[in-house]
Amino acid sequence: MPFIPHTDDEIDEMLSVIGIDSIENLFDEIPVHLKIKGLEKVPTGLNEMSVNRLMQQRAAQDGQPLCFIGAGSYDHHIPAAVWQITTRGEYYTAYTPYQPEASQGTLQLTYEFQSMMTALTGMDVSNASLYDGATAMAEAVLMAVRSNRKSKSRKILVPRSVNPTYTHVTKTMVKHQNIELVDIEIDSATSKTSMDALNAFSGDDITAVVISQPNFFGTLEDVDAITTWAHENNILVIAVINPLSLAVLKPPGIWGGTGADIAVGDGQPLGAPMSSGGPYYGIMTCKKAFVRQMPGRIVGRTVDQEGREGFVLTLQAREQHIRRSKATSNICTNQGLVVTASTIHMSLLGPEGLKQTALSCHANTQALVEKLSAIDGVEVVFDQPRFHEAVIKVNTSAADVLARLAEKNILGGLDLSELYPEMKDCILVCATELRIAEDIETFAAALSTVMAEALK
Amino acid sequence: MSEIPTDLRYTKSHEWVRLEEDGTVTVGITDHAQEALGDLVFVEPPEVGTDLAQGDACCVVESVKAASDIYMPINGEIVDTNPALTDEPEIINNSAYDDGWIFKIKPSDEDDIEQLMDASSYESEIEDE
Repeated sequence: MPFIPHTDDEIDEMLSVIGIDSIENLFDEIPVHLKIKGLEKVPTGLNEMSVNRLMQQRAAQDGQPLCFIGAGSYDHHIPAAVWQITTRGEYYTAYTPYQPEASQGTLQLTYEFQSMMTALTGMDVSNASLYDGATAMAEAVLMAVRSNRKSKSRKILVPRSVNPTYTHVTKTMVKHQNIELVDIEIDSATSKTSMDALNAFSGDDITAVVISQPNFFGTLEDVDAITTWAHENNILVIAVINPLSLAVLKPPGIWGGTGADIAVGDGQPLGAPMSSGGPYYGIMTCKKAFVRQMPGRIVGRTVDQEGREGFVLTLQAREQHIRRSKATSNICTNQGLVVTASTIHMSLLGPEGLKQTALSCHANTQALVEKLSAIDGVEVVFDQPRFHEAVIKVNTSAADVLARLAEKNILGGLDLSELYPEMKDCILVCATELRIAEDIETFAAALSTVMAEALK
Repeated sequence: MSEIPTDLRYTKSHEWVRLEEDGTVTVGITDHAQEALGDLVFVEPPEVGTDLAQGDACCVVESVKAASDIYMPINGEIVDTNPALTDEPEIINNSAYDDGWIFKIKPSDEDDIEQLMDASSYESEIEDE
């Protein structure tokens, strides 16, 4: 559908029909002191040639470093066909349709996406996606508060092993809603959520607990034990997962036998480039019992009057265009285009391809850990079962080491001390399937040189 | 014209209220309300044992068109909810005043019911809408 703007004449005609002088008058219910007077800081437009030049200059600043940073955004291979197909005219929109029943193809794609998500997570239902992993966790917290009617406390236990940026975003979103996020310590030897710290809350009124699998340090949490403990104490379980890892790990739907109640994550590892932090998309799945508290859109499959299969937006009564201020969420749209790419990505890889990718990530990370820990002055901190990230500690300044590696065009990992002051000189490293033996060799050789220089 | 039994009391938000012999008060939505909502698909009942004040939103009924709150008609404690509605919310469409009751209250003060509208006031209320 082409975009057809209104002409000045048309605008004048419409204004005269409703009897006002200017478009501004339509907004006169907004108090004057809340209105922005002007947008002086927004520069005037540039022509296409100038924008191209500017963008090329900025892109050149990024360079093509060898990336060993994960921490929530992962450098994976994306088959060329994925975005070639995604950008076809038939798919090329960011929106879930406003006239859904006329957009059967888009609805079917979303339905397939939801089916893939429930297959990966082992959960009953999936929505059509959310904004990203961090906001999906925040929405899961809000959803848990609505769903756990036995709990009055609005207290959510959040282990420090959950991605700290997710926790930060969640805090921002829930802090004015009388919801308390309670930090749970991690075991300093393993990086896993401390069972002792959780047990201290046994018998208390707690609304939900968040479990990250793998956790921020790449370590596998004792998800079965935590889920069982939570359900014994009438606490809902919010799983934060990496969808790729679920090709090889136990799905949250069966954790501890009773399964997580809500499972969320970031879809970036499934077909979205790292791209300076976005756009990504959020995954949200849950048990059927909680579906009416789930935010966002849900596509369902049904039959029409003549028995022909068709797709619809279902359970819309809980959405904001009907329920207004009492809607389950103010989520307005999802990340339709990235989800389209992701669905195509998963279709091309298939279950076996996803599994091979996940196993390659794991094997490369194990090889990386082995190589790096053989270097003088470098040790592995949490030597635990892991997925595709690990923490190493250097016996000199981590910031200095990383800066020197960057000079050699290697992104050597994330300095953890900013997020975890107690983890001085600890670096979170990641090797995906793209970081093959040759890359690991390059990294190890460079780190070896850097360490020798630093220890001189 | 929708049915408005004369032995019940009513609220502006379209709940009906019946004082039972055991002193509890049964609450549902009126025939007029179920007609306006259309086919009901889900009822989210209140939690038994909670104390609520008159006017509190305590329950949600969802139809194919809308999801609407049900409000506490008087102060009291929720003592029972209609288990049949979990699987067959359409009972409310078929029998708004009998099988389609939604919850029972133990009122803080039985006399509060006297403040609610009788059938003829409710009838003129919905005529004004």
